[in-house]
Amino acid sequence: MRQLFAIAAAAGFIAASAQAGPGPDEDQLEIDGLKIVTEVKAPDDHPLDVIYSGWRFRTDETQSLQMDDFENPAMVAVEYGIELWDTPAGTSNKSCADCHGDVEDMAGLKAITPKWDEAAGAPLTLEDLVNRSIKEHQGGEGWKWESAEMLAMTALIGMQSRGMPVNVQSDGPMADWVEKGKDLYYTRVGQLDMSCANCHEDNNGQYIRADHLSQGNTNGFPTYRFKWQGLGSLHRRFSGCMKNIRAQPFKRGSDEFTALEIYLATRGAGLGVESPSVRN
Amino acid sequence: MPRKICAAAIVTAIGLTGEAWAGTISPDSVEFEDGAIAASLTGVAGNAETGRKVFANRKQGNCLACHQNEDLRAEPFHGEVGPMMDGVADRWTEAELRGIVVNSKMTFDGTIMPSFYRTTNGARPLEKFEGKTILTAEQVEDVVAYLLTLKD
Ligand code: HEC
Ligand code: HEC
Ligand code: HEC
Repeated sequence: MRQLFAIAAAAGFIAASAQAGPGPDEDQLEIDGLKIVTEVKAPDDHPLDVIYSGWRFRTDETQSLQMDDFENPAMVAVEYGIELWDTPAGTSNKSCADCHGDVEDMAGLKAITPKWDEAAGAPLTLEDLVNRSIKEHQGGEGWKWESAEMLAMTALIGMQSRGMPVNVQSDGPMADWVEKGKDLYYTRVGQLDMSCANCHEDNNGQYIRADHLSQGNTNGFPTYRFKWQGLGSLHRRFSGCMKNIRAQPFKRGSDEFTALEIYLATRGAGLGVESPSVRN
Repeated sequence: MPRKICAAAIVTAIGLTGEAWAGTISPDSVEFEDGAIAASLTGVAGNAETGRKVFANRKQGNCLACHQNEDLRAEPFHGEVGPMMDGVADRWTEAELRGIVVNSKMTFDGTIMPSFYRTTNGARPLEKFEGKTILTAEQVEDVVAYLLTLKD
């Protein structure tokens, strides 16, 4: 039987093995003159040879929407983010701007989150940092993970790092989290019994039904998806991928998803931040 | 004919609740030999026409997610993660095909292909699928009957 299989393979029936698909395209991402790195040669100990942004796997039409901020449908949310940034709120009755000044001062933050926080004794995502500041400094209640407010603010803050290389800490106290995320990445889950690696590592570049599989990188979040008709967080994407294979997703903001986010960021290190990106 | 439809409906219903049914081999008592399963899970031959539908249906086999298949060209979006299905019956016997559909891992170690008639799959299954097989015994037999029609 093995032999039969081998013969079939040799005869070219296995036309679509891991390397045969269309793969990423050759297009280059530039937004209003800012070049964004979508391709990085992977270090030697990396499971992939070249790290590609998910943008490289999308159609020309989808790609082009992200190349012009006037066309990027996520910019409506970014406008809302600016409004929130300037609006006094909470018991302090201060706006983010009152304490932080120009939002441009947040440049660089998205590229290094999740980041280790001594006081919390844990890594904090951008969502965690925003909510902590609202609660501790502004005197408010904080925003729900997937609320319009949180998505608008993380898109606005994320955008300040556009083009900067993803550079999340992986050593020191973060090392355990990277390991934990890696375990999750390679664990088969759900009734369909697949790991993230089965699709995004072994089969990126291939079509799975109508979807062109990317490497599942995180540099574009929050992302505007046509399917969502709006912005969505990275943890929402994780959740969707797990449900598709009929697995019970972890909660948004859970340690598990934070660990996955950290591991994926270290896997995709060097890619340019694209927040807010556009995907189908 | 009406009697057959009736029987089919019963087997499907039983399959969905995951209970054993006299004449149907339960997921836990399937016997493999070198990855192959000699006997029909239901004791009777499947229906190739139904199997063709199960193969394409996104909520059932969804085999097209990963396999191209010329016979179903009219259906949009054939994936390319696995091999082409054309001529698959020339490459594998009925027993081998049944084994691959029931539990692909017995033939292809570590494969991405789901095991369609097994109750213990990946961790954290969504509650509504917990302890359940993806396809019923009858659907497996229908798919196998359909695969047997794919000759070069
Ligand atoms: C059955 C295949 C499959 C599995 C398994 C899977 N995904 Fe995905 N994932 C997709 C598809 C399809 C898309 C949309 C196209 C693309 O970007 O790959 C996607 C998109 C993504 C994206 C967005 C990429 C971008 O550039 O916008 C991330 C991040 C991601 N997946 C992470 C994960 C993680 C983490 C897991 C494991 C918990 C996982 N995926 C499991 C199929 C899968
Ligand atoms: C009353 C003053 C005050 C207000 C109002 C305020 N912050 Fe802060 N914020 C701080 C202080 C103080 C820190 C901690 C010191 C630092 O890291 O800048 C902080 C930290 C942060 C951080 C983490 C920065 C980092 O580099 O780790 C983020 C993100 C943040 N704030 C976002 C916001 C947002 C968004 C708002 C409005 C919704 C807001 N803050 C409102 C005072 C404030
Ligand atoms: C998630 C992707 C995926 C799905 C869904 C899937 N398969 Fe597969 N299948 C594969 C892969 C990949 C292989 C090749 C074995 C390997 O190396 O992993 C394969 C191999 C096979 C083979 C052997 C083919 C040959 O030419 O040697 C058959 C038969 C088969 N699959 C039938 C099916 C049927 C029937 C279904 C639906 C009930 C199905 N598959 C669903 C991925 C998939």
